[in-house]
Amino acid sequence: MSSTDFTWLIGGPQGSGVESGANIFSRVCAEMGYQVFGKREFYSNIKGEHSYFAVRVSDKKIHSNVNDVTLMASFDAETIFRHYKEVISGGGIIYDADLEDTTTDKVHTLDPPFRERLHKELESKNKPFSIAGVLEIAKENGVKLFPVSFKSILETLAEETENPRLKGLIRMYNVIGVSLSLGLVKMPPDSLQKTIGTIFSKKKEIAKINQQAANYSYNYSTAKFEGFDYSLTGIEKEPGTLLVQGFQGTALGKMACGCRVQPYYPITPASDESVFLESNEILEVIDDRPGSTAVIQTEDEICAMGMTIGSALTGTRSATCTSGPGFALMTEMLGWAGINEVPVVITNYQRSGPSTGLPTRHGQDDLLFSVFAGHGDFPKIVYASGDVEESFYDTGNIFNYADVFQVPVIHLMDKFIASSVVTCKRFDPSKISINRGKLLDKVEGEYERFALTDDGVSPRSRLGLDNGIFWNTGDESDEKGHITEDPILRVKMMDKRMSRLDLILKEIPDVEKAVSFGVEDMTVITWGSSKGPVLDAIEMLKKEGISIGLVQVKLLHPFPADYVSSLLKDTKTIIDVEANHSGQLGKLFKQNVPRDIDYFILKYTGRAMTSTEIYDSLKKIVENKAEKREVLMHGA
Amino acid sequence: MALKMADYKTDVHNDWCPGCGDFGIVNAIQMALAEMGLQRDKTAIFSGIGCSGKTSHYINTYGVHTLHGRVLTFAQGAKIANPEMTVVAVGGDGDGLGIGAGHFVAAGRRNLNMTYIIFDNGVYGLTKGQASPTLKLGEQTKSLPSPNTNYNVNPIGLAVASGFTFVARGYSYDVRHLKDLIIQAVNHKGLSFLDVLQPCPTYNDLNTRDWYAGTDLMDEAQKRHSRIYKLEDTGYDPVVHYNEESEVNEKLTQSLIKSLEWGNKIPIGVFYKNEIITPYTHRLRDKIPNYLENPPAKQNISKNGVSNTDISQILDSLEV
Ligand SMILES: Cc1ncc(C[n+]2csc(CCOP(=O)(O)OP(=O)(O)O)c2C)c(N)n1
Ligand code: SF4
Ligand SMILES: [Mg+2]
Repeated sequence: MSSTDFTWLIGGPQGSGVESGANIFSRVCAEMGYQVFGKREFYSNIKGEHSYFAVRVSDKKIHSNVNDVTLMASFDAETIFRHYKEVISGGGIIYDADLEDTTTDKVHTLDPPFRERLHKELESKNKPFSIAGVLEIAKENGVKLFPVSFKSILETLAEETENPRLKGLIRMYNVIGVSLSLGLVKMPPDSLQKTIGTIFSKKKEIAKINQQAANYSYNYSTAKFEGFDYSLTGIEKEPGTLLVQGFQGTALGKMACGCRVQPYYPITPASDESVFLESNEILEVIDDRPGSTAVIQTEDEICAMGMTIGSALTGTRSATCTSGPGFALMTEMLGWAGINEVPVVITNYQRSGPSTGLPTRHGQDDLLFSVFAGHGDFPKIVYASGDVEESFYDTGNIFNYADVFQVPVIHLMDKFIASSVVTCKRFDPSKISINRGKLLDKVEGEYERFALTDDGVSPRSRLGLDNGIFWNTGDESDEKGHITEDPILRVKMMDKRMSRLDLILKEIPDVEKAVSFGVEDMTVITWGSSKGPVLDAIEMLKKEGISIGLVQVKLLHPFPADYVSSLLKDTKTIIDVEANHSGQLGKLFKQNVPRDIDYFILKYTGRAMTSTEIYDSLKKIVENKAEKREVLMHGA
Repeated sequence: MALKMADYKTDVHNDWCPGCGDFGIVNAIQMALAEMGLQRDKTAIFSGIGCSGKTSHYINTYGVHTLHGRVLTFAQGAKIANPEMTVVAVGGDGDGLGIGAGHFVAAGRRNLNMTYIIFDNGVYGLTKGQASPTLKLGEQTKSLPSPNTNYNVNPIGLAVASGFTFVARGYSYDVRHLKDLIIQAVNHKGLSFLDVLQPCPTYNDLNTRDWYAGTDLMDEAQKRHSRIYKLEDTGYDPVVHYNEESEVNEKLTQSLIKSLEWGNKIPIGVFYKNEIITPYTHRLRDKIPNYLENPPAKQNISKNGVSNTDISQILDSLEV
């Protein structure tokens, strides 16, 4: 059997159902046994600007998108203008035949720089500035065109079902696009019907008309379209497969590991996590009454962080979730949590900075900021997960770190992960161990919250505990927590807190610090979501007999210098891959390990890396044709 | 054994300036705690940053000295996680009405069952006497290089407008009256606010003890606290008695109008009280039925060191 590697792209104006179209497609493919990796791209806009979803489907485990699009489903002109070039020879474009005459000047959302590039391209090929023009180029590239009038599909459907309302229901264009696509690849139609039923299970009437439209379009496609060589007819499904959205890993991890208060302030791409938590605020508990998560929408991120700390002082596992701008506002409080040894978790779904930056786009921009966040010296942990599945288990681990080491933990996630939809193995909550460290259940005798101890960690009381009274202050304090300016005590307290960094490096197991996927003469170091595209690129190179290693650093502060350098001791060339301008991991690495980074592969377009472009850059490095700093540019 | 006022005192050296109004406030808090017999380890005092911020170190309950302007955020987080705690937040007028004004407004809207006391001295004490948000336009206290260029905030008016459901004013040298107000505030079901007029002998040479006593007013010079009078002595009724728009609006407007009185006659006492509006904890209970019996701080999250939360239903819905 030949292997499957198929990318389907759907695009349209924001608010037109691109996302639900992609959800249907992804779910059908996942139900039919395929591995799915989908990613959503969208503007900072609610209605009208272009958004798209690229869903990669494979019979093997995949960790990224590729540049090539096999089939594009479009129902507006802009999607064609923006993506026609991505479709490969032999691939297909399903499009609305009524749009052929649409010229670029009719599409107001084509921004000037893009419009200019497009016109240049069309001019150089002597094509008109219209859909017909770009489609001619696509055709010359070997792309197969599948025109269909979306309007007449609705009209016929309205007649056949004797439901004249359907005629104007352009909201169903997405379902039509999905169904035409699935017909074209000969996906068994039952799964499409079933999926629509599941997705609209709460709205029976809507489910019904969508199922009718799907049925009609699917049959139309199989009857009218021919000559498409790709098919997705289903493979054996691995039991226990989830189809999850990127933010669900940390959210489910928080539920499972006992995070019970999450204050937050809305920000893309972080708020989906909090909204999901609140939607599931009542929790089933084994052999006990129901539990709950209090998800509180606050007036700003400062309050979110303050509430998180206040809640943590009661012994409650507490977290907040934000993105760069919000995290910036939290930093004064981060220091307060540091000096008062309060275990809190800040989940930072990073996006492109600086400032508001590209607010809905990807970037691994906040690594150095997180490491150095807050004024003054205090211990904290910065930890990054590489994908959704990891993020579930990592969330469990980092709440333990917070409790055991009594430090704030910054969990770095990002937009790429947040807005991806992927298949992965069902999460196993029984693997979430819970270690609350020196949190006290009762206090006998004299109690001092900041008692100087051998390991630098003091037994921790909580607000409301009998006899456990303590004081906190952002000032330097004595053992009880009262203000002191005594120079000797200051040094003792500072040393005690900072000794926690060594303890962290000593106690956290190596496998949780960094993950080696093999070390070769040439080895990539990376962190966070860049792991996925690198893994897939390395796999592609392996097929050509080229071996490249990969080390994913997960504990970024305190930096596990000894472990990382021991992993890399036999490698000759180190390549840093990450999604920011300055190569922040590279800088951190160099600060901690006395070695230079030989090459950087960086991307800061705001779009996630594809494995194709990493493959290309790695190949250039292997062939000694690369710049020291390779900058990736793919993606609309 | 019943606790005495002394049991609520710590032995931390108090470094406020001699004659500072803050002493009266901390005494009133300790007296109130003793009179209510509140358990020390079920009570937490949160404080902001400023001279006033040191209060939490002088009181022998849980004490959390937070950040400038942020005291309400910490206090609310603790109260939400553990609603059984008695929570009192204190701080300066700069703290609560300047840098923390956004939190002040948002806290009013939430209406958690706790108390907030502002030490209203017209200046930024700890940073050496700059103008605070309650200093009047054009006034020039001792260390200001030139008269104040900002209009003042009306703390009572702002609290009422923001949704605080108990709004009162006390005077730091009338400790017994202040103690009574604190008891009422703590017992109130909802968020209570106390604006405490607090002379700062070091930096505020306008609103001094003598000024509040009206020694400059020739005809009333013999009377103590003659600028200050008590609302309760005038038959003023601050309470919203029933849930009708006309009643609520009348009591709201009445308190706003009263809050504008200043100068030769300054009212103290309860301006507004409304227990019809539900506290935030009850709003949470409406969504999470067992929230009050099993709040976040009480929940058991593990069994034999492993998660006991059952997320299988959610995982089932995500399984393909
Ligand atoms: C973020 C921040 N900015 C500035 C300061 C400096 N600061 C300390 S106390 C204070 C003002 C105190 O005035 P107020 O809140 O009225 O309290 P008081 O001292 O009068 O009781 C300021 C600005 C600080 N601690 N933190
Ligand atoms: S500066 Fe003013 S407020 Fe601060 S302690 Fe001295 S008298 Fe009190
Ligand atoms: Mg002040």
